[in-house]
Amino acid sequence: MIGIGDRAPEFTLPDTGGTERSLETPAVVVFTCNHCPYALAWHDRIADAARDYGDVHFYAINPNDAERYPRDSLEAMRERVEREGDWPMPYLRDESQEVARAYGAKTTPDLFVLDGDGALRYRGAPDLDHQDPSLNAGWLREALDAVLAGEDVARPETDPIGCSVKWK
Amino acid sequence: MTVELLWWDGCPSHPEALAGLEGILREEGVEAEVQRIEIRDDEQARRERFPGSPTIRIDGRDVVPPGDGEPFSLTCRVYRTRDGRISPTPDPEDVRDAVRRAA
Repeated sequence: MIGIGDRAPEFTLPDTGGTERSLETPAVVVFTCNHCPYALAWHDRIADAARDYGDVHFYAINPNDAERYPRDSLEAMRERVEREGDWPMPYLRDESQEVARAYGAKTTPDLFVLDGDGALRYRGAPDLDHQDPSLNAGWLREALDAVLAGEDVARPETDPIGCSVKWK
Repeated sequence: MTVELLWWDGCPSHPEALAGLEGILREEGVEAEVQRIEIRDDEQARRERFPGSPTIRIDGRDVVPPGDGEPFSLTCRVYRTRDGRISPTPDPEDVRDAVRRAA
């Protein structure tokens, strides 16, 4: 588990097209999934941020146990990306759950913002309320604006809110 | 009227669901007590025909019946509000309609 200021663990994970993706920074690492209503409700706001911050690498990582939750299998992830089209970030499968454990992910979604040196600068929820799209992932955007300006993040941690990560 | 809230602690939505349900019961003048049933494992989920947390049943009927083939397991339910948004809790008006049907 990492704290604010710690260097984030590197990773290489497969995306839904079978390509291995490695961490590049600055980055937003989002632990998410297919079956959680919180992750689904926030997805469009996170995707919009990925489109708006083109200089930042966004990674969506699904670490859930696919044996008990088949909707989170790599095949189901692939079907979702194909069905929805227009994903502005790779959707990665953390089959061993090692990356989620290394980051200390608790929920889906759970966001980690890394600066250009790979240091953790924000961890938590995208914004205050999954039910209010107008909030537009404001906490995430605040963190990214500060990181890109070389400033301190005013609100470096919030409580991640969502479904618990489904550990094996 | 029998009112049940089935929940699993892997989803943080049940307090919100309970508060919303109790508020609607008050507004509708229904004096039923909400029976809270915690689902702890997959076996119990299958036995209770639990499609995910939270599930609200009034006189045994789900306020938003799950689709055919929906598995019974420890998971979080995905609801749609009447304006089309994804939500971890049912649309309050769906709950209200179910209460009125049963009253």
